[in-house]
Amino acid sequence: MSVSDDAIISIGALTKLFPGVTAVDEVSFDIRPNEFFALLGPSGCGKTTLLRMIAGLEMPTSGEITIDGQDMALTPANRRPVNMVFQSYAVFPHMTVEENVAYGLKVVGTPKAEIGPRVGEALRMVQLEQLARRKPDQLSGGQRQRVALARALVKRPKVLLLDEPLSALDAKLRDQMRLELTRLQHAVGITFIIVTHDQDEALSMADRIAVMEAGRVRQIATPTELYEQPASRFVADFIGRVNLLDGEVTGTRDGTVEVETRGLGRIAVAHEGPVSGKVCVAVRPEKLTVSGAEPTDAPIRAQGRVRDVAYYGNASHIFVEIAEGFELSANVQNRSRRIEGDFRPGDTVWISWASEDTLLLTE
Amino acid sequence: MSTETARPALTAPAPAGRRARGRDVAGPLDFHRRLWLRIVIAATFLFLYAPIVTLMAFSFNDSRRNIVWQGFTTDYYVRAWNNASLFEAFMNSMTIAVLSTIVSTIIGTLVALALWRFRFPGKAIYEGFMALPIVVPEICMGVAMMAFFARVDWPSGGGWPFNLSAVTIAHISFSFPFVAIVVRARLAGFNRELEEASKDLGASEWQTFRNVIVPFLKPGLVAGALLAFTLSLDDFVITFFTTGPEAVTFPVKVYSMVRFSVTPEVNAASTVLIVITVIATIFAVRLQAPDRQGAQ
Repeated sequence: MSVSDDAIISIGALTKLFPGVTAVDEVSFDIRPNEFFALLGPSGCGKTTLLRMIAGLEMPTSGEITIDGQDMALTPANRRPVNMVFQSYAVFPHMTVEENVAYGLKVVGTPKAEIGPRVGEALRMVQLEQLARRKPDQLSGGQRQRVALARALVKRPKVLLLDEPLSALDAKLRDQMRLELTRLQHAVGITFIIVTHDQDEALSMADRIAVMEAGRVRQIATPTELYEQPASRFVADFIGRVNLLDGEVTGTRDGTVEVETRGLGRIAVAHEGPVSGKVCVAVRPEKLTVSGAEPTDAPIRAQGRVRDVAYYGNASHIFVEIAEGFELSANVQNRSRRIEGDFRPGDTVWISWASEDTLLLTE
Repeated sequence: MSTETARPALTAPAPAGRRARGRDVAGPLDFHRRLWLRIVIAATFLFLYAPIVTLMAFSFNDSRRNIVWQGFTTDYYVRAWNNASLFEAFMNSMTIAVLSTIVSTIIGTLVALALWRFRFPGKAIYEGFMALPIVVPEICMGVAMMAFFARVDWPSGGGWPFNLSAVTIAHISFSFPFVAIVVRARLAGFNRELEEASKDLGASEWQTFRNVIVPFLKPGLVAGALLAFTLSLDDFVITFFTTGPEAVTFPVKVYSMVRFSVTPEVNAASTVLIVITVIATIFAVRLQAPDRQGAQ
């Protein structure tokens, strides 16, 4: 349990049992001040329960939560220096925008003279001054979310918690709010913790991401580390797309490991450290090169037949069958402007990639 | 834009419009234009409102025997007002209704909150038993109440308003389940995150209840209270069994008067009661109407 000095939130062996389920299982990590931290995982992995325990809306079965140096595991929600933006936004329907934002100050007895300016400032921050006297039912989803943000930020929390803040917005607005949230976080300079099941959201916004699965934290890393250096098969598979090849180590030689794979035969993979037995070779689709002729310089290559081509506009996904029942997928950027793609189902193609772009996963 | 403005002139040929107007067929949602439906509506209005309108009209009838229209008078309103025992019965009814409404709204709301909020052993059983007064025949309730009050030797005298205590208690016991059901239905639509948001923003349990839950419940509270009020005001059976000789309510009094003859006096008093109920309903509906403040 390392409680470092520069942690704004420190979680130690935190566990939450619900009848019949372990929602959060002995989770420990630190969150640094001014960090944009994301809890990412499939639904039911315990990320929301973890967030709610930080907020004080759920009491842990065991473990520690230290917020800004104070043990708060059992402190009720209304006495914690954190505020939350709820998934449904939970904007009070019978209050105007202004009253909603003022509520959190009023209930703790903030002097009237102070409430007015602070509410105004918070509304300006989320660009809602014009709508201060509206009722929530006269606002759009995006505007309601801004009310929820202003209402939480006006309290000047040490940490802002966001529970799936973008899931209720449509795609275009989601992209815009993503950018706005990161800008807002820089502007107010406080720690944001966001819960999301959307990996794009986590990768594009967070400074660090904790990937959760079945109540446990599988890996905590920066977005690039998580994508390029996943620690386990689960993380590699959960973040982005990946080709996974099961295999067995047949030999090691300074910096490279030889693996006998099921689909590609024996390949050499760059890898530091001791490794043996069953492993998993991972390679991202965009690291693969697809070509008509056999590439001469690529160390890892295989011939196959194009099964399907999925067109996404900016890129195409090409599924190549290397052997019976064994497919690799490659992501090819559509760099030039033309209607016919380079590859069509049935084509015989070569797939190749560099040894450094391959990852060896032992877990 | 330009193509859109040009289009109507091209695609709206006049003959088609004229034909539709000429045949004048009722559209799928033009229910009011079907004959059978009109008849049903007319019959409903007739049987529902004609008796009430007649009752009100004949309260101005200048005749002792309330059968033939003799001429207009407000005499019977004065007489009803001056009829000490009728007036007293009326005031008794109002007192009981107000007291029982207040208490049953509070108890009913608390029951609804408890059932919504907590899990406790025997909850399902309690939920079933709570609704019992709604389904038990009123006559059985009345007899049971009478037997109960007699058994515990509940004081029936004691001067106003203590002589009304037994009736009031009986009224509360049969009207609070109605309030509980209405409030519970409202609570079912409550977003728990609102409550959590309030606490997260620093509000205590009580502040959350007052500032978030009660405003949300308001329409349910008003509807429940109105229900309790009207249930109490017009209850005859249970009241009949639980009133002592010196604490008579309006419906019981009217019943005893009608046994001799239906005089316009009864009509006049009934009209006043109808007006009061209607005013209470209008007031309640206005309270429930969405707040227009801030509308643009």
